[in-house]
Formats: sequence, C-alpha cells, structure tokens
Amino acid sequence: MPVEQPGSTDPSVIRNFCIIAHIDHGKSTLADRMLQQTGVVDGRSMRAQYLDRMDIERERGITIKSQAVRLPFRSDDAVDYVLNMIDTPGHVDFTYEVSRSLAACEGAILLVDAAQGIEAQTLANLYLALENDLAIIPVLNKIDLPAAQPEKYAGELARIIGCDPEEVLLVSAKTGAGVHELLEKIVRDVPAPIGAADKPARAMIFDSVYDTYRGVITYIRVIDGHISTRERIQMMSTGAIHELLEVGVISPEPLPSKGLGVGEVGYLITGVKDVRQSRVGDTITSERKGATEALGGYRDPKPMVYSGLYPIDGSDYPELRDALDKLKLNDAALVYEPETSLALGFGFRCGFLGLLHMEIVRERLERESNLDLISTAPNVIYRVFSDDGQEIVVTNPSEFPTQKVAKILEPIVKSTIILPSEFVGTVMELCQQRRGTLLGMDYLSEERVEMRYTLPLAEIVFDFFDQLKSRTRGYASLDYDVVGEQEADLVKVDILLHGDPVDAFSAIVHKDKAMAYGTMMTSKLKELIPRQQFEVPIQAAIGSRVITRETIRAMRKDVLAKCYGGDITRKRKLLEKQKEGKKRMKMVGRVEVPQEAFIAALSTSDAPTKK
Amino acid sequence: MAFGIYVHVPFCSSRCGYCDFNTYTATELGDSVRRDTFDDVLAAEVRFAASTLGDGVRAVDTVFVGGGTPTLLGSAGLARVLEEIRAEFGLAPNAEVTTEANPDSVDERMLGELRAAGFTRISFGMQSTAPAVLRVLERTHTPGASLAMASAAAREGFEHVNLDLIYGTPGESDDDLRRSVSDAIDAGVDHVSAYALIVEEGTPLSRRVRRGEMAAPDDDVLADRYAIVDELLARAGLEWYEVSNWARPGGECRHNLGYWHDDDWWGIGPGAHSHLGGVRWWNAKHPRTYAEQVSAGGSPEAEREVLTAGQRRMERIMLGLRLREGLPMEEVSASASARVPGLLAQDLLDAAAATDGRLVLTAKGRLLADAVIRDLVD
Repeated sequence: MPVEQPGSTDPSVIRNFCIIAHIDHGKSTLADRMLQQTGVVDGRSMRAQYLDRMDIERERGITIKSQAVRLPFRSDDAVDYVLNMIDTPGHVDFTYEVSRSLAACEGAILLVDAAQGIEAQTLANLYLALENDLAIIPVLNKIDLPAAQPEKYAGELARIIGCDPEEVLLVSAKTGAGVHELLEKIVRDVPAPIGAADKPARAMIFDSVYDTYRGVITYIRVIDGHISTRERIQMMSTGAIHELLEVGVISPEPLPSKGLGVGEVGYLITGVKDVRQSRVGDTITSERKGATEALGGYRDPKPMVYSGLYPIDGSDYPELRDALDKLKLNDAALVYEPETSLALGFGFRCGFLGLLHMEIVRERLERESNLDLISTAPNVIYRVFSDDGQEIVVTNPSEFPTQKVAKILEPIVKSTIILPSEFVGTVMELCQQRRGTLLGMDYLSEERVEMRYTLPLAEIVFDFFDQLKSRTRGYASLDYDVVGEQEADLVKVDILLHGDPVDAFSAIVHKDKAMAYGTMMTSKLKELIPRQQFEVPIQAAIGSRVITRETIRAMRKDVLAKCYGGDITRKRKLLEKQKEGKKRMKMVGRVEVPQEAFIAALSTSDAPTKK
Repeated sequence: MAFGIYVHVPFCSSRCGYCDFNTYTATELGDSVRRDTFDDVLAAEVRFAASTLGDGVRAVDTVFVGGGTPTLLGSAGLARVLEEIRAEFGLAPNAEVTTEANPDSVDERMLGELRAAGFTRISFGMQSTAPAVLRVLERTHTPGASLAMASAAAREGFEHVNLDLIYGTPGESDDDLRRSVSDAIDAGVDHVSAYALIVEEGTPLSRRVRRGEMAAPDDDVLADRYAIVDELLARAGLEWYEVSNWARPGGECRHNLGYWHDDDWWGIGPGAHSHLGGVRWWNAKHPRTYAEQVSAGGSPEAEREVLTAGQRRMERIMLGLRLREGLPMEEVSASASARVPGLLAQDLLDAAAATDGRLVLTAKGRLLADAVIRDLVD
C-alpha cells in the first residue's frame, strides 16, 4: 500500500476528524476497530481500547488525555487517504480541551449508543462542534445489542442535527459491522483541510502529555506552513523558544518524520519537562520568519473548584508534595499551595477544573503514590466586596471576611440535563432546591427531554450529580459550563467544638441553607466524637451567632474495674494501646478527636444532602 | 519487700457465662488432666520454684489460691499445696493465706479443715443476692449461700473474709445492687471487692449481647452503680483502698497489695503470672501442657519479659494511682506533672493530697482512672 509520507502529504487526501461520544457509548471500541480495519494494528497486537494509555482511563472507561492517530486508508474508489483520528476527552470538566481537539478537525463522528440515545455531554460537545463548523457524521453504535432501538434514536439524532434519519449510520464497533461504510463516509463528507503552505508556520497545540522518558509530548495540528525538524520553534503565548528534538506522527506508535505540513496532525518533542511550557490552545510557529499572529482560541486553564487535600497519615505529607509536583508535569490545570488545617494537619489547597478533575487527581495521587487522602468540601471562587468597596477573592472558607460585606458574587453555570420525561418533575424540584432558574425545555423525542438551567456552581459541586442520578435511576445526564456570576446571599457557617472552630468543617452556604448545614454537621459530629471527661458543646455559628447546638455529655466512667490478678502485662499492654490511640487523636482546644471522626465527617458518601 | 505465692486452680464445676478466666470444667478437660492428683502437680512446681530460687528462697508473706474454684481440690488438696509451700519456703509470721471459694463448693466442715490447715483469709464469689442477676450470670449458688458461708467462715476463725460483687449485670436494678451491698455488709465481712461486669469477647454472654438478647451495661449506669457501692460501703466503715476494693482498717488484702506495689511473687499453676525484680513470666495456659512440663521436671514457663525502666515506671503509675495511698509525685515525669494542675482543676486528683506531694484520685477521678493514668504516663 503506498503511504503518503508525513511532512509531504497532499492536504486533499487528509481527513481530520474526532469522535464525540458519551462515556460507555463505545468510542474506544470504535477507535480500536478503525485501527484494525485500516491495518495499522494487526489483530494480534490489538488490545482493548488501544488508545487509552492510563490504567485509570481503562478502568473508568473514559479518556482523559486525547491522542491523534494517523490511519492510511484506501477508499473503494482506490484513492489513498490519510485519516487523522483525534481522540477527545469526554467530560464536562474538560470542555476547553474538547474545544481545542475539535478545532483541530474538519469533521466529527457523533457516536451514540443505540440503546440509550444521546446524553447531555454529547449534546454539549455536538454544539461545540457545530460552532466550529465541523461536518457531523451521525452514527448509532451497538446495534448488535438486543436492547438497541436504532429507529427511535436515529429519529432523535436526525431531529437534533437536522438531517434525515436514513443518513444516520448504523454500526457495531464490537462486531465491526458498518465500520467500513463509516470510513468511506468520512472521506466523502469531511472536508479536506485548507491552509497556506507558503505562509509562516502556524500549528495549534491540542494536547500535551508528559512522558517519563521523553519529557512533554505535544500534539499539534498544522494550519499553515511547515514544521520542520531543522528549525527551532516558538510558543506564541509566551514567546519561549524551544529546540525541536523530534517531530512525527502516531500510527499508532510514534513514527518520527522530517516535518509536518498543512493539514497534518502529529506530535513534537522539545525536551521540556512540564506541560505548562506547552499549553493546549497555544500556537507554535518557527523561530525564524515566524508568524506574527497567533491562531485564535487560546485560554489559560482556570481552576473553578478548590479543595484541601490532606494525607490521612500526617507523615505522608512529603510524599503528597512529591506526588503533586509529579502530577503537575502532566496536568496544566492543576494548581496547589501548602495549607495547614488545625483538624487535618499539613496539606495542600488545590484548584481543579471541576469535580471530575478533582476526583481524577485525587485518585491518581492515591494510586500512583500509594497515599491515603482526605479532601475537604469543594469550594468555588467567590468575590466578596466589603462596605468600602474592597474586593476579596475567596477560594477557602477561611478567607471569608469576618466584617460586614456589601455584596457577594458566586459563579453560575448554564447546565443541560437530558432525562426521560417521567423524571422531569423530580429534577425540576431538585434544580429549584439548588437555586436554579429554568431557561428552557425541549422534547428530543416523546420520552426524552432536554432541560436547560442556570445554577450556582456551588450547588453543582455539592453532590448535585449524585442527587440527579438517584432521582432519575441513573438515566439523567448533565453538562454545564460556567457562564458568569450572580449576586447571592451567602454566609460562612463555622462548626465549633467546645467553643473552638474546626477549620475543615467551615462552609460557605446560602443563608437559607445555613441551618440545614449546621444541623447536619453537628449531629454527625455528635455521633463521631467520643465522650470526653467534660461536656462538649458542638455548635454551628454564623459569625458570633450560634444557630444550632448539640452536646456530647461528659464521660463518667473510664476505668477498668476488673481484676486481672497478677497479669500486669495484659494491663500494661492495654494501657500502651490506649496511649497509642491517644497519640492518633487530634486536639481541638481541649477536645480529643479521632482522625477517623474528621474523615467520616468529611466523607462524600454521606455528603451533605441539602433541603 | 513482701514476697507472695499465687496458686492457680484451673477447675470449675460449670462455666459461668461472663467468665473468661483460665478455668475448665471436667467435660472440657476430659481424661487429659486429673483433678484428684492435680495437687501433686502444683506441689511439684512449688519444689521447682524453690530449687530454682536456691539461696534466694525466702519466707512467704502472703499466699493466695485462686481460680477457677480452688475448693474443688478439697481441703486435703489445698492443705497439701500449702504444706509444700511451708516446707520449701516457710511462712513468715502473720502470713496472710487466702483461698477463693464458691459458696456452693464448701461447707462448715470444710471451712474448719481449711482454717486448721493454716488458711487465714477466704474470699467468696458472691456476685449478687438478686436471684435474677445470678441467673443471668449463670451462677449456681443460691442468694443466701454466700452470706451463710461468710458468717460460717468467721465462726470457724478466719481472720478476714471477702465477698466479691459484680455490678452492672443486664437486668440489675439500683435496688438490686443496694440490697446486695447491704447483705454483704450485714454478713460482717471486713473486705468487699466490686467489679463492673465486663462483656468479654468470646464468652457466652458476649454472644447473647451480640444477638440482642440483652444489652451491654451502659457506662453511665456503671458509674451510678459504682457510686452506690462506694457510698454504702464507706458508710458501713469499709473504705476504698483500691479502685475496686474496700476494707475495714487492717482488712486490706496484703497479697493483692503486693501486685500493686510492684513486689515479688511466684505464680504456681497453669497460666499463672510471676514477677521477680523486673522480670515477668507466665506459665503454659492449658492444664495439660502445664502438667506435662512440670511432671517432666522442667519449667512450665510459656513466655517472659524483662521490663525496661520505662515500662516499670509506667506500671508503677498504672497500679499505684489506683490505690488510695496514691503515688508520690516524683514517680511521674516532668512533662506529665505539668498536666497535674489540669487534673486537679477537673476534680480528678485530690487537692489536699497533692499539697502533700501525692497523686490520689478523687471519687470522680476513680471512675476516670484510666484517663488520668493515660495523662500521667508519657
């Protein structure tokens, strides 16, 4: 098979596309099948979900880091094409990364499970693709499933994108049925890339991955000109110049080339060790005679949610620091700084793109560095204005001003929820409780509804997704995007133990929910904290005003009133064990609190359910 | 320093539901261990102890035969063991010689024989006089038996008589306990031990609690019950001298004080613990293993530990603080003594004693003794 050499591929035979799909709708399986059918991977070396690198991705069935694979494909009319399949992340927290992946493509496969229909995140990404003027190829996957309803969901897709139901391709990535037809449709429907070969080089970074051996591997799409190994390159956002150690394409293993030309997709290695030096969305040009104008759309990753991350065993603090430093190399969005908590000891205040990002970071830290971690309740970014007009940015309840405030702004999101119509009532109720405003509602089909709400981000990070899932028996899907701020009546609720505030339990909540939060925390702590030698009041307070109180009665008996005769050893060992237990206690003022109590009180499993 | 000998008799006629002591019924032991010749085995360890100590043998200040149910050896068996101790070690003048007894395993004749053999003190496991409580505890004796035997023991010339009480048994009321304490006082004894019922893992009682058939004693209730015991006994002239022990002046158990004063003693019998100058060891627990090792002329020791200075100090604080005489202030470290003012402020340590340089628990402190001890050890 004649293969177009990377670096000199005629743009007219290039097709750049991505797959937009919900978790579990079979994107990775379809990618695997394409690798196989185009012959770049033989059956023997095929492993499931070839493109998903990390264990955690394989286990969760989601792709966090996208990659691009170059697939040579000879069409039925005997033309040799080069297909670049760009894998996109599939979750709400990574909208920006998705948008950059889309910007590297001319077409998108809209892949939907034929037994489930489209989900909210897929819909949101579809809108992104339409904004980027991508050619959309609607595909229903898993048509081999007995539960598949291709007609119903083809109708749904047709209505959403405005095509004919017959145009929806039916595919089974598992069996391979329909995959060849899909490849044919890609070369037919996806436009070839257009760029000026004679202009200064401009390439867009759509992904950046840290590799232990090679340093940062940067994935790019060349728009104009030519990226050549003989030249040094420049990052246009910072002006930084880098040597070009290697340029190539992935097919599906890295394959070095002399360069990359217009419309081509590949990788480059410069020897930098931190993905922050090679940022998604940035434009790369050549050092000499470089472009003067960057491609549009670059944005610094901005954390939206903050949380304290602490090692359960305080002596693991250095390991946590090292693990974060390491993870940072591969995660341009992660920010952190040291933080000390009375209750939890030494840890880090971390900023994340969103809840999933937070979960993934925590899980990777725990898994890759073998740490046990506890995180404090997630906090969004508030802007608090004092009476004299001073602005304070609050990412941590401890920063909430104690004096009177004039105005508080909280971030709000525009959210899309897709759900079976029978659950509309209960989801409306949930959104109302969470201070949502209904923006609109559309029937995708008779049984499925798309609802659009404005909601405070703070309400979403507080177990909203769990609530949504449980109210809809798992059938609802959610997508959201931060769109701005609104003024809100918020207060900081402190939890006091014997008069001393416990920093880890403070929370910024809406005034109407302060009581519910206070009651929940005080009653939880009453169960978790053992009796002391004195009575311990547990209070929830707004400023100096106590809003709710529980009491742990004084312990009256703590003595082994039993005779072990001459077995002093047993008694001593019991005492030594008790002493050990006492060492693991944290002192809050005079109150001894077992570490487990903090952890249980903060655990997300019985996270605050708001009323 | 006093020197004592403890003798463990690992037999019971039946096993009480709450008991986790090292004791066995005839059925549990089967043919492997013979009760009727067990005094021989115990006597053999007495000889082994004497020969091991060699020149270090000294007259015994206290002997305590416990169990189990020592009286299952019969007065002759117990006399035989005591005779061996007398022969190998000698008894100090005014030696205290105690045996434990089950009210229904002795009678007046047997009490007379024991007294004649040289026993000076007897301790009955009375537990309670409330029939319902005795049933829960699976005690086989009648409510009146202990009282009758306590009086009989006094008549037979025992110098000291103790009754053991258990409080906090499921189903016990405050009044049940008051009556039991009054009954014990009325029996004229000079010593009472009162222990809170502890639901020990692996006992039939713990299984019943786990199945929800009865509630484990509540700490607040136990605290109230302790206060009842302390008040009634003190009013009758029996003062506390250890957290769980009350006596008339001169009626304190010298043998047990030996444990709490960090004195030396040799423990004879299966599972018995010994202490000599900072070395602790304990015997093979099962009577069969024990008997085999002793009969073969060897040591029945299972394990030993040589205490570090820190461990000895910890033990002195742990044991000494439970005594009414308390602990000299110098026994605790500088960092621990910095916590004394806090304990005084909480009314856990006695202020008057503290000015005299001693750490003594208050009534409230006795109930929180373990917490105070944790504060005073490093």
